[in-house]
Amino acid sequence: MTRKLLTGNSAAAWGARLAQVDYIPAFPITPQTEIIEDISIWIDNGEMDARMVTLESEHSMITAAGSAASSGVRVFTSTSSQGLLYGMEMVYTVAGWRVPFVMINVSRGLSAPITLEPDHNDIMAARDSGFLQIHCATCQEITDSVLMAYRLAEHKEIRVPAIVNQDGFYLSFTREPVELPDADKAAAFVGEFDPENLQFKGSAPLSQAMAVLGGGPYSYFRYEAHLAVQRVLSVYDEIADEFADTFGRRYDMIDNYQMDDAEYVFVMMGSFATKAHDAVDSLRNAGWKVGLARLRIFRPFPQEKIRQLLTGRRAVAVIDQNISMGMGGVLHSEFATALYGMKDAPAVLASYIGGLGGRDISQQEFFEMINEIKQACDKGEIPHPRLLYTQNELTEMRKLQAIAQAEHADINQSEIKQKETNKK
Amino acid sequence: MFRIRFHGRGGQGMKTASRILGTAFFMEGYEVQDAPRYGAERRGAPIFAYVRADKSPVNERGVISHPDLVVVSDDTLVGMPAAGVMQGINQHTVMLINSHESAKTWQHRLNTRATIIILPAREDVEDRAELPYIGSSCAAACAALTNVISRDVFARALTEELEHLGDDIVKQNLDIALTAFDAMSPHVGIVKQSGLPSATDYKKPEWIELPYESAAISAPAIHAGVTSVEVRTGLWRTMRPIINYEKCSGCWWICSTYCPDGAINVSAEGLPDIDYEHCKGCLVCVAQCPPDAIEAIPEHVAKEQEMSGVSFSGDKA
Repeated sequence: MTRKLLTGNSAAAWGARLAQVDYIPAFPITPQTEIIEDISIWIDNGEMDARMVTLESEHSMITAAGSAASSGVRVFTSTSSQGLLYGMEMVYTVAGWRVPFVMINVSRGLSAPITLEPDHNDIMAARDSGFLQIHCATCQEITDSVLMAYRLAEHKEIRVPAIVNQDGFYLSFTREPVELPDADKAAAFVGEFDPENLQFKGSAPLSQAMAVLGGGPYSYFRYEAHLAVQRVLSVYDEIADEFADTFGRRYDMIDNYQMDDAEYVFVMMGSFATKAHDAVDSLRNAGWKVGLARLRIFRPFPQEKIRQLLTGRRAVAVIDQNISMGMGGVLHSEFATALYGMKDAPAVLASYIGGLGGRDISQQEFFEMINEIKQACDKGEIPHPRLLYTQNELTEMRKLQAIAQAEHADINQSEIKQKETNKK
Repeated sequence: MFRIRFHGRGGQGMKTASRILGTAFFMEGYEVQDAPRYGAERRGAPIFAYVRADKSPVNERGVISHPDLVVVSDDTLVGMPAAGVMQGINQHTVMLINSHESAKTWQHRLNTRATIIILPAREDVEDRAELPYIGSSCAAACAALTNVISRDVFARALTEELEHLGDDIVKQNLDIALTAFDAMSPHVGIVKQSGLPSATDYKKPEWIELPYESAAISAPAIHAGVTSVEVRTGLWRTMRPIINYEKCSGCWWICSTYCPDGAINVSAEGLPDIDYEHCKGCLVCVAQCPPDAIEAIPEHVAKEQEMSGVSFSGDKA
């Protein structure tokens, strides 16, 4: 097997190529654009037999993706951050159409203030849409997850669109060794898309009705979509087994590291989890029974698996790379929901918010989180939610504010002078 | 693990350097991670890139905070705080600086315990943003300093990364890069790998509770009297366009329209006049001028001439 160095963006493009997609509606946005650049080069060279169309916005792009999928072709698209939000009306709408396709989101913090670096608030905004969500930690996992995502999205019992998420910069622009799946095996694994009753054709005009009045029919359709998304929980393991048998790499809904005897556990999503992987090694060397549970499948939320995994542990540090204003970390609330009322639930489920806008999480911070949750357990206390933020960062922030205030004072001065001149 | 950080200016090929080195490590059987960090995405702006290489999978991510080797392709960046060259440097770090000055001078200037090695700068450089072959030379010097990448493997890695540019460019880069590789022979193996921090004896993070502050302070809005007129973007320039009024045919609408920054004014006499406080030196005007009346000279040469009393403004027009 040959491995090559690929960025997360190239790995995503390879996923689309290996899944033999037919149609790619596209719109550029940093840090996602390289995905559609790679695909457009392949289509030009004749290495990929697909149609790419550049749309005028993400709103149109997601509409085109859903519409094309409802004509029975295999669709791939990608976006990021502000683009995902701009298309959000259609994210919910096409999920409601129950059409399968795969969209990459390259996570990037949301405005305002605007930034380029990653956190998960963009993808969290799509949480309740009806899209499946797979969160990747390595470039290898991106290619592999695109293939698995088509299997899940196109599954007859599911048939909803899926988002494969990767972190901007930390994966999108970072090259790592990737073993590309054999093209024939990948095509056989993904299989033909059977569109069933999705049958729009250019030659046979049809109307599609999607309106209801009254809560009864509406509730039916919405709850059916929820049940379909939850079906992933029962079909996932079989698809993961088949993937592992074919390609030799196994991806569970939750990626566990050193969990067998772990008393203290990190819970998190995305590429920052590989840093926690190192921290677990160092903490184990220092005698701590520590493990890492990285959530890979975020929608549907694998509640049963989480219960089995975390009951009986002493304490859990949930690290959210997102913040729900006025509430806190989204993962933390969801894990608390999963563990509510469970016998032997961990005594401490601590909430940490870190990595916003690409802010690094140091190894020392990982060590200290474990130290803190142990102390909390020993004292029988519940720790307050904590933003990972240091004195030094605030000092640097104060310097920036001082500059901003000096600039502001400068305008005030000129305004005063101007008024005085006007009086004269 | 080897942790290597490249600092340069947009256009000098630091991303390419990190890729050449990453591929070379990979060919030598290392697990590799390489990445650029884009900021201003502007020619001449400080950028950096980094490479991690280890015999086991690389789990560490993001910016390298404690590098084993720091490479500086342009020594004017060392003293620029925004470039972050000195970040995380200690006695373990090796600094490779492309410079006319000696290691001793830099050691003294920076008052650092890091080991400093000089990659001798070429004399014939006009435009800093285009230091020729500097990316390839830096990558080659790094490869030699680690002593785990052979000369042949390095050459193969460079060829693989640059082959889309054509054989001539590969050959030119290879010749100059291998000279840099050989020039490092007195220092081979000086860069040492470093491990993970210990969880038994570590410095606790100085976490704080972020205090509530009113919107008047905490809203992310800066109101400043700085407008596009007041920001002196002319400081970004590495090359300066100069109008030769003897050749200028007075078709002022061409250069002044093509100028993407509106930095070419037109005098009452209908002659163009470059506003050097705002001209970024993109040289679009040089390319567009029908009678070829606009030339470009290196900014540092122009500055020297100004100091000796030459005026470049349109006053003389």
